[in-house]
Amino acid sequence: MVCRLALIVFPAFLLLASCQKETQVDRATKDGILLVGNSAEPKALDPHLVTGVIESKVISALFEGLVGNDPKDDDATPPGAATSWEHNADMTEWTFRLQPEGKWSDGKPVTARDFAFAYHRLLHPDTAGPYAEMLYFLKNAEDFNKGKITDFSQVGVKAIDDLTLQVQLREPVPFLPSLTRHYTWFPVPEHVVLKFGKMTDRFTKWSNFPNLVGNGPFKLTKWRFHDVIEVDRNPYYWDNAHVGINGIRFFPIENPYTETRAFLSGQLHTTYALPPDLLKSMKAKSPEFLRQEPYVGTVFVRLNTTRPALNDERVRQALSLTIDRKQICEHIAEGFEPAKSFIPKMGAYEPEPVLTFDPEKARKLLAEAGYPNGDHFPRFSLLIARPSARASAEALQAMWKEHLNILVNIQNKDWGSYVSAQQSLDFDMAMAGWIGDYLDPTTFLNMWTQGNGNNNTGWSNASYEAFLREAALKSEPAERLALFRQAESLLMKSQPILPISHYARVYLHRPEVKNWHPILLDNHPWKAIRLEK
Amino acid sequence: MLANISQRFLQGLLVLFVLFTVTFFLIKALPGGPFKSAEKAIPEHIRAKIEAYYGLDQPVFIQYGRQLKNLVTGDPGVSLRLEGREVTEIISQGFPVSLRLGLVAMVFAILIGIPLGVIAAWKKNTLMDYSAMALAMIGICIPSFVIGPLLAEQFSRRLNLLPATGWDPLSPSSWLLPSLTLGLATAAYLSRLTRAGMLEILNQDYIRTARSKGVGSFRLLVVHCLRGGLIPAVAYIGPAFAAIISGSVVIESIFAMPGLGLHFIKSIEVGDSPVILGIVMLYGILIILANFATDLLGLWLNPRLRASR
Amino acid sequence: MSDVTVEKSSSLWKDAVHRLQRNRAAIVSLIALAIIIFACIVLPAIPGFLQDPNAQNLPNKNIGPSASHWFGTDHLGRDIFSRVLTGGRISIAVGLITTLVSVTIGVCWGAISGYVGGKTDSVMMRIVDILFALPFLIIVILLGKTLEPITASLTNFIVDSLNKTGAATETLNKTRAWVEPITTLVPLFIAIGTLSWLTVSRIVRAQVQSVAKQEFVEAARSLGLGHCRILFRHILPNTLGPIIVYTTLTIPSVMLLEATLSFLGLGVKPPYSSWGILIDEGANRMISNGWLLFFPTLFFSTTLFALNFLGDGLRDALDPKSAKD
Repeated sequence: MVCRLALIVFPAFLLLASCQKETQVDRATKDGILLVGNSAEPKALDPHLVTGVIESKVISALFEGLVGNDPKDDDATPPGAATSWEHNADMTEWTFRLQPEGKWSDGKPVTARDFAFAYHRLLHPDTAGPYAEMLYFLKNAEDFNKGKITDFSQVGVKAIDDLTLQVQLREPVPFLPSLTRHYTWFPVPEHVVLKFGKMTDRFTKWSNFPNLVGNGPFKLTKWRFHDVIEVDRNPYYWDNAHVGINGIRFFPIENPYTETRAFLSGQLHTTYALPPDLLKSMKAKSPEFLRQEPYVGTVFVRLNTTRPALNDERVRQALSLTIDRKQICEHIAEGFEPAKSFIPKMGAYEPEPVLTFDPEKARKLLAEAGYPNGDHFPRFSLLIARPSARASAEALQAMWKEHLNILVNIQNKDWGSYVSAQQSLDFDMAMAGWIGDYLDPTTFLNMWTQGNGNNNTGWSNASYEAFLREAALKSEPAERLALFRQAESLLMKSQPILPISHYARVYLHRPEVKNWHPILLDNHPWKAIRLEK
Repeated sequence: MLANISQRFLQGLLVLFVLFTVTFFLIKALPGGPFKSAEKAIPEHIRAKIEAYYGLDQPVFIQYGRQLKNLVTGDPGVSLRLEGREVTEIISQGFPVSLRLGLVAMVFAILIGIPLGVIAAWKKNTLMDYSAMALAMIGICIPSFVIGPLLAEQFSRRLNLLPATGWDPLSPSSWLLPSLTLGLATAAYLSRLTRAGMLEILNQDYIRTARSKGVGSFRLLVVHCLRGGLIPAVAYIGPAFAAIISGSVVIESIFAMPGLGLHFIKSIEVGDSPVILGIVMLYGILIILANFATDLLGLWLNPRLRASR
Repeated sequence: MSDVTVEKSSSLWKDAVHRLQRNRAAIVSLIALAIIIFACIVLPAIPGFLQDPNAQNLPNKNIGPSASHWFGTDHLGRDIFSRVLTGGRISIAVGLITTLVSVTIGVCWGAISGYVGGKTDSVMMRIVDILFALPFLIIVILLGKTLEPITASLTNFIVDSLNKTGAATETLNKTRAWVEPITTLVPLFIAIGTLSWLTVSRIVRAQVQSVAKQEFVEAARSLGLGHCRILFRHILPNTLGPIIVYTTLTIPSVMLLEATLSFLGLGVKPPYSSWGILIDEGANRMISNGWLLFFPTLFFSTTLFALNFLGDGLRDALDPKSAKD
């Protein structure tokens, strides 16, 4: 009896289910809602408390910087919160004129004071914003942040009137418009922040739902941890007429396989990353969804240059010369570009292609360093944190064994141990990655200076730092870039790091999403996107 | 009985206190720390400020005292990973998800596992027994990170019947696959343990006598055997239940469920002590309750024990 | 009285073997186990029989089963057949040793707690409650950190003592390749063995409590037998069924746990592998390259099926009462 009932009920259920073939994506497209895979839960949505890429995706929907993003062209600088700007001859003083119609999502006008307030808050030592150094380009900002001066009026930012913001810089910064697209340069609403606490209170409820107020094209309407962040059209946004969609749903799906499955089941318009293993089958089965785009970031091996053997430049070069980058990019990190240098090509900057694959020369260098045929070479560990790094690490291990006859352990650690081992120089080698924050070589070069928290190699070089200092004083782009090239060549000759590949954004994307073009920093302006069947 | 309960309550408080203390010092021994594990290093002078703000620069015993006081007053504090968010907010969002997922999974596990085990024991060493146990073994040998994606691939992607990811408290279709996946392994364990427990009972002299005297088989099974035969399975259910509803990070990851498991793992990765302690305390309470319930159930199943107390 | 049969241990043992021989499922399982253990332990030790399980051949990656690679190749072009066999060595070692440790602790703890009862029982079970609720992951991370230098020096010590001083790097590396996968497992044994006995102890306690109140135990007590003797000779044999079953269930779970822990730095280090790791790696690629999951799972499942049916057979064979069947 039960069996017979099941025989009738089950097909009926199937039939019923197959009738409602309309997927979530179909419905969302109709409603003008974009469904985005965003890989992880943002740590916060207060632009002053975060440092990550995940956060920037949501923050850029809720807030807007002085200069906007162009959907197609990385170098274009459309107006954002500012309509126009000008600078003095040596590019150390810039004046921005704000949108007269600019409003916060609660209807209050956006003023130059909000910008000055935001910079004051981020730079104030008591706020302890983790990414305050992005504002060090402002005159005296570093001293203020480090508590050497306490008077904020000495810092190079001034609200001339409600709609005019003037910034003074410590050095010529020709790429300032690009820089202001980073969320550390965004305004925060003074009236809302102060409603929930003091300016310097590190965390108050102002950036929680439903309190958060922004000046971006969307406003926050829902936030559930590890579930979804919803933003809807902000009717007060100055350019609301040109915002193409009604809302965005950010899904923090950590597992890329799960995210891919969600996409293929019609639950997402665009994913964060496609696992490399699935690339081949995706190419064969649904190439219409596949996107592969360059991304300004580099995968590299960080070396601890205070370890015996690794403190020898020749050893480091030998390790680098035996990495077959082409093979790795072709077979493991599919879609990534083999690194020829540390900095990926960006804008007018063309790095010198110095990294090559030359086992013969490597063996010679290793022998010169005192380890002929790898004899008595110390046993080092290569540190990794993510299971996804395992394949590349195993390939490196095999390459060094084959070409140099040296054995390297692979050590998998949890994230906390991985980071703390590097920061305390308690490691030998570590797989690492770096993604640029803005389109200028400094975002890749400054980290290798002495004492920088992201250096962690024990390496520093006086002439390297001299090049960077000299470049900072130049306003002529060609001269700057030439100096950066020199600095980078020096870094690549000494090799405290072994660059392997340049990141690529490999992800799935539905064709209904229009006006979404490959751009280097991957910050697609949400307002330009259209959804069409 | 009342004395028993109040005694267990006091013991429970002691367990929680020890649990809190041990966990606290374990967290402090973890490498890294909430503000040392950022993808991009936080400059030294800023990190010092942040740590002072959250009192992380104070001596460990003072921090311990403060956390303990917070906990006793019912406010476990704010998260350091999802900075400034209240631990109570995190738990009140995640726990209902884990709870519902776990309850449904447990129902699946009991409905599948126990009948399978009883049948296998009753028809011992027959084809029925072997196939029931083979089924159970499949549940054990194929881990949930294989079964989950397979189910999702089939029912979500191919047939488009159920959502592949996401959580909607109002739509049971969104929790069907994850709880089924979560329940299968437990079902397999339960069926194996039920079979073993039943066999112990079926082999006892009084049952043999009853069987030989031709007492109706179904009556015999339910009235005389099930009680004693379920003892090992019930002892297993207690801890398994607590483990299941405290969140399974594998299932959450496969189906993108916003439960507590992922919060727990992520907090441990960066040493976010308020969240870890909050979840561990919750888990401790669950364990205590589950094991207490198991003990009570054991008493009921085992009348001889009751008589002696 | 059933306890009388326990006394005649020599004939009991003979009976047990006899009964086991009659159980066809158990015999088939035993043969299957023997084949797998032979394949995983002996075959990799024959030089040149297997392809190097760690030799990569990137252009040959993700190739399905073929004559040159019976089980196909993985994402780095390594031979799955030899990886499954060499990985089996590690998984079997992990499964058996950690299960032995955990079941021994669990059985003793649960038996004593259940038999003695009263305050002792309360204290012992509350300790179990605490250990249940402690965050296992933190303990694993801390164990990994503390034991890592110890493992490293243990490895060096064994390698050095196996070789003459001043031996060539080549020979040292060869010994190392043998010693290292084994020594790196020691922290894992400690971590899993000491923390996975909790459920067993609760099951055994419940069983012991129920058996301890039966007539034959009262009889033994009235005869003036010592507690130890009653507990280990009379009560425990009567709870053997659930213990054997739980033991056979612990083996697969620790084998899979090993893979999880290896991603946290405990356990096998790449490029060495185990069934757990192979299944884990295969699971991600199961839709496109099913063989990566199929073959490790086949070996894993066959072993566990065999262990379970063997366990059931053993239980029947050792059951003092089934003689009357």
